[in-house]
Amino acid sequence: MKLTINGEEVETDTETLSTLLQKFDMSGSEKGIAVAVNDTVITRDQWNSYQLNSDDHIEIIRATQGG
Amino acid sequence: MSALTIADQAFTSRLIVGSARFPDPKTMRDSLRASGAEMVTVAIRRANLTGKDGEDILSYLKEDNFFLLPNTAGCYTAKEAVTTARLAREALGTNWIKLEVIGDDETLFPDVPELLKAAEQLLLDDFIVLPYTNDDPITCRKLSDMGCAAVMPLGAPIGSGMGIRNPYNLRIIREQVDVPVIVDAGVGTASDAAIAMELGMDAVLMNSAISQARHPVQMAGAMRKAIEAGRAAFEAGRMPRRLYASASSPMGGRIEVSGTDE
Repeated sequence: MKLTINGEEVETDTETLSTLLQKFDMSGSEKGIAVAVNDTVITRDQWNSYQLNSDDHIEIIRATQGG
Repeated sequence: MSALTIADQAFTSRLIVGSARFPDPKTMRDSLRASGAEMVTVAIRRANLTGKDGEDILSYLKEDNFFLLPNTAGCYTAKEAVTTARLAREALGTNWIKLEVIGDDETLFPDVPELLKAAEQLLLDDFIVLPYTNDDPITCRKLSDMGCAAVMPLGAPIGSGMGIRNPYNLRIIREQVDVPVIVDAGVGTASDAAIAMELGMDAVLMNSAISQARHPVQMAGAMRKAIEAGRAAFEAGRMPRRLYASASSPMGGRIEVSGTDE
């Protein structure tokens, strides 16, 4: 299925949010990251069960330097 | 010097520092330590998914036990800011947010209608909202009345280093709202920070003034002293201004000399 991840279109067979994040070496224990699917924040405890659908827009963010 | 209290949280330092635009992570770390600040701002950005994000800034900040204040910098609409705040809450486990909603990228002045809309939404969502705002007393009063934990009027445009451009508005804002007033943006050097504090502002938030100084660590130390000196002077209460001189040495008991010049 086709997903848009951080603005880039990606073709993937991944079905849950946690397996998608594993592809980017991200796990639920990592601090400072968060995910929104179609503008809704998906909390860490939902990552394992959250099913992705074709055309979902996913934003994966990190806390970084800022003023 | 009295403590600063924001939303029932007490801080001994009245200086809040941004973590951006330092020449390297070590300079950032040393500067933040030298500033004496307890609260440090961070931004929320898309993670780099193709490789490492570089040095893990967050772990440095956590190791040093800073109180992290995430921002919504770079947001142009209330919707973007609200989603960014929610992502920040999930990423950092804090409901504190420095709310920024920008009108354009040349001035970086706030978009007030969008700012008010975002503040209202985030307050309903149980955030502790610290909005970056224009130095407009009416906007500040609305934000305060709405329930924001502080108001953060700009001293001058972000990153401009132009100092406190409208001290009179800041004084009016200080009189008009009951929450802490934090000057956010515009400070260029230590005297600007001291002026803000002498005006009665409760704190100053700065980033570029330290990170863009020739010697950031040294400037961070200077800012720490300026904030302390300015606050102490405000609490001490300055003398009244007079148009004419008023001798400080006593006029009585002066000697008399006879005759004129030789």
